[in-house]
Parts: sequence; structure tokens; C-alpha cells
Amino acid sequence: MNIGSLINALPGACAQGLIWGIMAIGVYITYQILDLADLTVDGTMCTGGAVCVMMMLNGYSLPVSLICAFLAGLLAGFATGFLHTAMGIPAILAGILTQLGLYSINLRVMLGKANQAINVNNYPLIVSLRNIRDVPLYKNAIFVVLVFVLVIVLVLYWFFGTELGCAIRATGSNPSMSRAQGINTNMNKIIGLMLSNGIVALASALLAQYQGFVDINMGRGAIVIGLAAVIIAQVIFGKLTHNFATKLLAVAAGAVIYYIVIQFVLWLGLNANDLKLLSALVVAIFLSVPRLKEKYLNGLMKKGGAGRA
Amino acid sequence: MLKIVGVKKTFNAGTVNEKRALVGIDLTLNEGDFVTVIGGNGAGKSTTLNAIAGVWLVDEGEIIIDGINVTRLPEYKRAKYLGRVFQDPMTGTAASMQIEENLALASRRGLPRTLKSGINAAERERYKEKLKILDLGLEDRLTTKVGLLSGGQRQALTLLMATLKKPKLLLLDEHTAALDPKTAAKVLEATDKIIARDNLTAIMITHNMKDAIAHGNRLIMMHEGRIIYDVSGEEKQKLHVSDLLAKFEQASGDEFANDRMILA
Repeated sequence: MNIGSLINALPGACAQGLIWGIMAIGVYITYQILDLADLTVDGTMCTGGAVCVMMMLNGYSLPVSLICAFLAGLLAGFATGFLHTAMGIPAILAGILTQLGLYSINLRVMLGKANQAINVNNYPLIVSLRNIRDVPLYKNAIFVVLVFVLVIVLVLYWFFGTELGCAIRATGSNPSMSRAQGINTNMNKIIGLMLSNGIVALASALLAQYQGFVDINMGRGAIVIGLAAVIIAQVIFGKLTHNFATKLLAVAAGAVIYYIVIQFVLWLGLNANDLKLLSALVVAIFLSVPRLKEKYLNGLMKKGGAGRA
Repeated sequence: MLKIVGVKKTFNAGTVNEKRALVGIDLTLNEGDFVTVIGGNGAGKSTTLNAIAGVWLVDEGEIIIDGINVTRLPEYKRAKYLGRVFQDPMTGTAASMQIEENLALASRRGLPRTLKSGINAAERERYKEKLKILDLGLEDRLTTKVGLLSGGQRQALTLLMATLKKPKLLLLDEHTAALDPKTAAKVLEATDKIIARDNLTAIMITHNMKDAIAHGNRLIMMHEGRIIYDVSGEEKQKLHVSDLLAKFEQASGDEFANDRMILA
């Protein structure tokens, strides 16, 4: 094991982690703010890249392609929101349905192929894993993605401070109170799901450019990575972050930490095929922490005779 | 101010769990009426308030608030006309949001939610003044998360939120039942104060007969989904708990023995 190879891999892990951090910010909107587990993202995490890459391959400019990727994400979020609110399908199932449907749509977008490559030499890609060392700052993948993260965090910070944004937060916090205060909770859930999936699709478009191809399976398990980032952010930065903007930044940092840890375990010799199992286990353990804590602490209190009735 | 005509509601119709919750409610409230509602468990008190608030749509009948027929309006649209405080202190506020954010949400009841700032400096000053009325020291804790407040504080805050934008009708669903006696008295006092100050039309459900007699200008007793007793003015002021118990016994017959515990 050569420590040099690990250090060499770190910048790449940072850039990739930051891109997944944008995705995790999308997951944060549904999981934390709206209190919904939205599985649409596993599909959207491919849709954005597929739309962006195919449009660029067909001669559209970078900004137009990125915007269309974002719009595609909004549509996917709308589909889930509509199934959930108007059709009364539980949120998790609505997300799974959209995600499944997206698999076919993604294949269609990619002209029936499971994989479409785009070469940074021939197309004006905004990020690429080739631009990580020995390039001017404005081209550096980490720098470019960091700018995206900051802009997205700023926009979200503004948005969730508006009347509409507050209403969406209230919807997630207490739906019956929200309706009593005249808030259209169904509409707000749809808006939140759209926004979340739009951001995830944008992350997908960046990831496809970064790795130089879009793959039909690139979104598989995205929700787990997103949750991992959200949970890591809470565990590590939870006590430091009280402001909404810093909470979002912490989520992005959580994704970076996740990717650095992944690089580390790969460096230790873990088979790359076992990564998803490892991710699932890690997230499962962290999600069960609150319950275990409660049980363990209650046990302690009983032993000490300090338990309350 | 409020007119309810022939409202009926059956839950789980056609199943073994069928429950005829409201079997024909007629009620007219004049502007400034403060009605207390009593009745045993399952009498239809909360169901009546939920019917007015639009938690679900009624099977039959009409609900008219200040001349506007709201029978078919969804809950969030009716909220424009209504202020509501619930029995469970957790229900009326958003725990993960600050006191001032909760108030800002309430002050925009019935207005479209735009991309304008969710709260501004002038509002904060106004909320401070309003919070002082509650006499709970909340005016110095505007940015505290509501989840950190006690049940009584949350209930008082909910009351303030319900009346921040003057409602056509204030619905109080046993809003002091979950509080300790001292806090309950304080919240009830604040309720009286606000209703009198703003000349609100209000309906208050209570399990406490003394409270039902002491507060408001009109008293309604419900039983098995209908109104069985409606008294107001001087006649109400002369009422005693024993009168109400007698009335209830007359209406419900044998069941009285069971319900006496709950009512007294």
C-alpha cells in the first residue's frame, strides 16, 4: 500500500464528493425540510446527465444543456409530487414509480444505449476529471464545483427565507398547522420535490461531464449517498451549524467526507463491487443511532433509578 | 357570522366501524357571540369544529361563514376566515421553526405566499408587543425554536397566532385540556382578554362545566351528534353545574352514569 496513491486520489475524491454534495443538498430538501423520503433521485441522478450529454453531443451550448437538465429534474419531481398529492400514493412508492419510469425515459434519451461518452477535448465541458491538476484555477474541477455549491446554497438560503420558502418549511414541520394557517400543503410538497429533483439533475449533469460519460446506472443508490452525506453532516457538524446556509454547506462537506472515506477503504484493498453494501450498512447504522441512543440511555437511567414515570 | 344548516357526517360509512358523528347540526352565530360547547365523549363537539374548519368535507348540509358558502372549500382556503387552537399543544405550531417565524406564517393566513421576505423588521417589533400580552416572557425569545417551549407556552402562542390576523370565527378545541390547572387558567384568561379586545366571534369546546358557564355569552350542549341544549344571555348566567347535569341526564337517560365522570 502506497500512501502516495491515496494522496493522489484525494483531489478527485474532493471534486466528485462536492458534485454528490450538490445532490445531497437536493436530498436534504425532501428528507429534512419536507420530511419525505424521495426515491425519485435514483432516476433523476441519471436523467440530468443524460439530457445534458445528449444535448451537447447534438450541438447545444453548455448553459442551455445545463438548464434543460435542471428542467428535466423539475419535471421528474413534479411527477412524483403529483402521484403523491393528487393521487394519494405514499411518497416512497410515488418516488419508486417515477424512478422506475425514468429508467426507460433515460434509455430513450440516451438513444437506447446504456452508456454515452462525451470527450472534454471536443466539447466545452465545464468540469472534467482531467482538469484537476496543473490547470488554471477557473478550470479546476474542485473550484468550479465549489462555485456551483456556493451559488446553490445562496439561492436556497434566500428562497427558504421567503414567504413561499417558509410555507414549504412549515409544511414539512407540521402539515395540519400549515393548513390551519392557510398554506396549500399539497402544492408546497410538489414545489419542494421539484426543486429537490432539479438540483439533483443539475448534479447529475455535472457528474456526467466530470467523468466524461453518462451511464444508465449512475444514479443507483443515489438516495443512500445523499442520506449518508446528510447524516455525516449532522453527526460531525451538527453542533456547529445553526444557520440554514451553513447546514447546507455541511451537507456538501458530508458528501466530500463520504467520498474521501470511500477512497480510503478502496486504498485499503476493498473490492469496489462491495462498495454499495458498505454504503448501505454505514447508512443503516447511522439511521439507527437515534433509536439505539434512546434505548441505551433509558437503560442507563433505569439502572441509576433516575428514570421518569 | 356563522350559519350551519343540516350538517351531517358519517365516518366509515357502510363498514362495521360506521360512526354517525353528526346527525343534523343547525347553528347560527351572531357577530360577537362567544359560545361554549359541552358534551360527553363522542358527542360530536370536535367533529363540528372540524366540519367548520374543513378538515374533511361534510356529507350533507351547508356551512356559511360571514355570508360566504365554504361547504366545498378545502381546509387551507377556509383558513382565511378562521383562527384555530387545538387540544394538543403540538398541533398548532411548527416545532422546528422559530417563534417569530411561526407568527409570520400566521400573519399571512389567507394571503398568497410570494417570494417576498418571510419576515421583516417592522413585524418583529409588532410581534414583541403582541407577545407581551401573554405575559410569558416570550417577547425576549423571538428566535427560539418553538419545539423548546412548554405545552402551555406553545398553546398561548397558538392562541396568539390564531388571532394575529383577526379571524371571522375563532375555533377553540379544548385548548386548555392538556395543560396543568394553573397554566390552563392563564391561557383561558388570555383567551377571554383577546376575544373581548377584538370583539371576536368564538366557539370554545370544554370538558369543564364551570368554565363553560363562566365564559362566553352562550352555551351549547351536544349529545350523539346533535345539539340538545342551547342557552344564552341572562338564562345562561344563572346556570349552575347541577342544571347542566340535570339537562344531560334528561337527554341521555341511562348513559348519564357513565358520562357524569367525564363532565363533572
